[in-house]
Amino acid sequence: MTNEDKSHSSAEVELLSFRLAEQEYSVDIMSVREIRGWTRATPLPHAPPHVRGVINLRGTVLPVVDLSTRLGMPPVEGDARNVIIVVQVGSQSAGLLVDAVSDILALPRTELQPPPDLAADEAHSFVNALTIVDGRMIRVLDLTAVLPSERIEAA
Amino acid sequence: MSDPMAEIRASFFVECEELLESLQDALNIIDEGAHDNETINIVFRAVHSIKGGAGAFGLTALVNFAHRYETVMDEVRSGKMEVTNEATKLFFQAADLLQDHVRTARDGGEEPAGSEEVLSALEALMGGPKPAEEEAEEVADFVPMGLSLDLDLGGDGPDAGDAATAAEGAIDEEPAWRIRLQPHPGLYASGNEAFHILRALQGLGETEVDCDTSALPALADLDPETPALAWTVTLRGDVDEAQIREVFDFVEDVCTIEIERLQAAGAAPALPGLPGIPDLPDLPDLASLPAAGPDEDAAPAAALPPQAEPARPTAETAPAPTPTPQPPAAAKAAGGETASATVRVDLDRIDRLVNLVGELVINQAMLAQSVAEAGLPPNSSVMTGLEAFMMLTRDIQDSVMMIRAQPVKPLFQRMARIVREASAAVDKEVRLKTEGEATEVDKTVIERLADPLTHMIRNAVDHGLETSEKRVAAGKPAEGVITLSAQHRSGRVVIEVKDDGGGINRAKVLEKAVAKGLVPEDAQLSDTEIDNLLFLPGFSTAAEVSNLSGRGVGMDVVKSAITALGGRITITSEAGVGTTFSISLPLTLAVLDGMVVHVAGETLVVPLSAIVETATLMEEGIRSLGPNTNVIHIRGGFVPLYDLGAELGYREPKQSYVGDIVLLTTQEDGGRAALVVDAINEQRQVVIKGLQQSYGHIPGVAAATILGDGQIALILDPPDLVRSASGRTRNAA
Repeated sequence: MTNEDKSHSSAEVELLSFRLAEQEYSVDIMSVREIRGWTRATPLPHAPPHVRGVINLRGTVLPVVDLSTRLGMPPVEGDARNVIIVVQVGSQSAGLLVDAVSDILALPRTELQPPPDLAADEAHSFVNALTIVDGRMIRVLDLTAVLPSERIEAA
Repeated sequence: MSDPMAEIRASFFVECEELLESLQDALNIIDEGAHDNETINIVFRAVHSIKGGAGAFGLTALVNFAHRYETVMDEVRSGKMEVTNEATKLFFQAADLLQDHVRTARDGGEEPAGSEEVLSALEALMGGPKPAEEEAEEVADFVPMGLSLDLDLGGDGPDAGDAATAAEGAIDEEPAWRIRLQPHPGLYASGNEAFHILRALQGLGETEVDCDTSALPALADLDPETPALAWTVTLRGDVDEAQIREVFDFVEDVCTIEIERLQAAGAAPALPGLPGIPDLPDLPDLASLPAAGPDEDAAPAAALPPQAEPARPTAETAPAPTPTPQPPAAAKAAGGETASATVRVDLDRIDRLVNLVGELVINQAMLAQSVAEAGLPPNSSVMTGLEAFMMLTRDIQDSVMMIRAQPVKPLFQRMARIVREASAAVDKEVRLKTEGEATEVDKTVIERLADPLTHMIRNAVDHGLETSEKRVAAGKPAEGVITLSAQHRSGRVVIEVKDDGGGINRAKVLEKAVAKGLVPEDAQLSDTEIDNLLFLPGFSTAAEVSNLSGRGVGMDVVKSAITALGGRITITSEAGVGTTFSISLPLTLAVLDGMVVHVAGETLVVPLSAIVETATLMEEGIRSLGPNTNVIHIRGGFVPLYDLGAELGYREPKQSYVGDIVLLTTQEDGGRAALVVDAINEQRQVVIKGLQQSYGHIPGVAAATILGDGQIALILDPPDLVRSASGRTRNAA
């Protein structure tokens, strides 16, 4: 698992947490490039439902993934309150459409726990680790699993 | 990158490509019979330089090949060997092999086969291989020379005397040359030595050497690395300019050379009589020379004995590194010679620039849109400023695209080789004529054009041209001619492959197409339609499958490759006169002429090259075909109707398409398709943004672009779309 490789590099991890249908998720802040307000994405034909389309990120074409749909929840509405988190994994960039960004958390890696194996839930294969902050459970996403391209999943 | 050797090596191979190009050029001239000594020299020099570079990198195989090739060329150069047709053919073959050797040296891989045969054949023409003794000397050219003092001057004494007496002999009828040699600081750094040059000139005829010491600084200011002396040599003898130039072969770029032919009458101003400059090894003397030394133009020049030459080696012993200012005259001359200076730039950098400019264009469009929305008066300064900005952006874009543009010449040269190989394989005499080699096309287009063009050339040699006997019987010259031309025509580049063969045998083509079941037996086809059958997949007309072409993958592959480049291909053919394939291509792949359309609330761009016409659907034009599909009846034909909105998943098929707009597009196989859109917005150039990298391939979509409002619009690929389309334009219910 990728978080095991990372745990060797530093003892502390910074996470960007965001809300998604009343649940709290987070991604490693090192993979976040920027956070953008909602812009309408141009839908792509024959795309899986979680691929919302592409947006113009300063002249480059950026695919946007509706995280909510990806995790098996109802789609994000797509209005001014929603944000797109631009992430980069390897050479692949993508936007993650989420309800709202909530916080930046810094915590020791030791506080990250592997998720229990619950096959019934679609979301669990995308979750790398779980942690508790102020009594809230925060799920750490495995970005390589979330991104749209097979290329990355193969890598 | 960290390895400087690797960089030097890379630049050596870039140079090799250039040398090979000039080699091909020169061989072409020789082939046309219009060569002179200089042409042979170019060939020799190219091979020689490749050998030299290869030696430095220890590329033994390349050195060996180049050396033997060069030895033969040297014989030709010295007039010991005749340039016959047979020899020229071998020169070409050797040049091709040399290219292969260079590639092998660069990329690794198998040694090219057949080198030995060609070399042996060449050497047989020359009269047997040369003894190896010359080799040592030749190779020594490339060993950087040590900076040892060459004081072995005693032997030159008599020569000098001769020269002086000859000069006193004044006017004679032999042509005279005045050669001015002004070394640049790089001369010595590159291991060359003015002394050797002067001695070589002496070998050509009677010389008067005259040293210009005017630029010589005071001893304390002498820089050992900077040449301070210049020479004017008056050369008398039966020599031509090329011979003189040859002496300067390896120093052309590190010194200023002016060669001037003196009129016989004014040829010999009375040169002698002036006191010779004292022995130069005596440094104090040298330094104390009058600053206003003999001027080569005004005052009669002093006849300087060759002893003056060691000035540099002696000067070397003096410290004091002060660069000598270049005399303005020399600088001017140097400037004139480097008129077409070029810079080698990494392609990635250019691509980055192209991308940035693409973004600039998009940004400018967005800015223009917001300004327009702000409702400013049209003559406000913002508007006029914006207009100027738009024009500048367009200029910048054009200029940047021009950087990527490259002449088609290297591509055409590759084709020359294909013609040679193909004609040898089918035993036909073929000559390739090229026109418009300087026409510039985007680099990517050139790269992707190589394969289809190779196919076409092979086809032309194999199928297009008749055999020599048939040609003679038809009253044509035995040698077939294939003309490859390129030209710009209305914003596109048109490349034509033309043969003067028998033309397309339409009866045979039709018969074959019927036999293969490609067209119905009773089909009435026009000539053009028959010609276009050649592009059908699985069509091959060669009665016999030769090892060249005729695998039936020819022309349809060509056509799809051209279409993929946004181009079109057409055939014209006349029986007995020949066939012309004409490819029309966009100048660049970075921008595209597109029609901006609206479908189900989305904006899409359809490449203009795919659209034949647009039409509004009439009730009587729409016919139903099967439960889910419609065809439209237009211009006497039935064309399948596709609803873009439904095909792209934006909406369900509509109940009725009456009154809707359709775009009529052509397919690669000549078929047509009608695409329903809601509205046509405008026609404009769009900057192509690939989707492959960020997302992957989407069926029916070629790429994306960014519109003026900052929104992304997809660029359709109509043939691909139709291939994967469902064709649903009706609900079965």
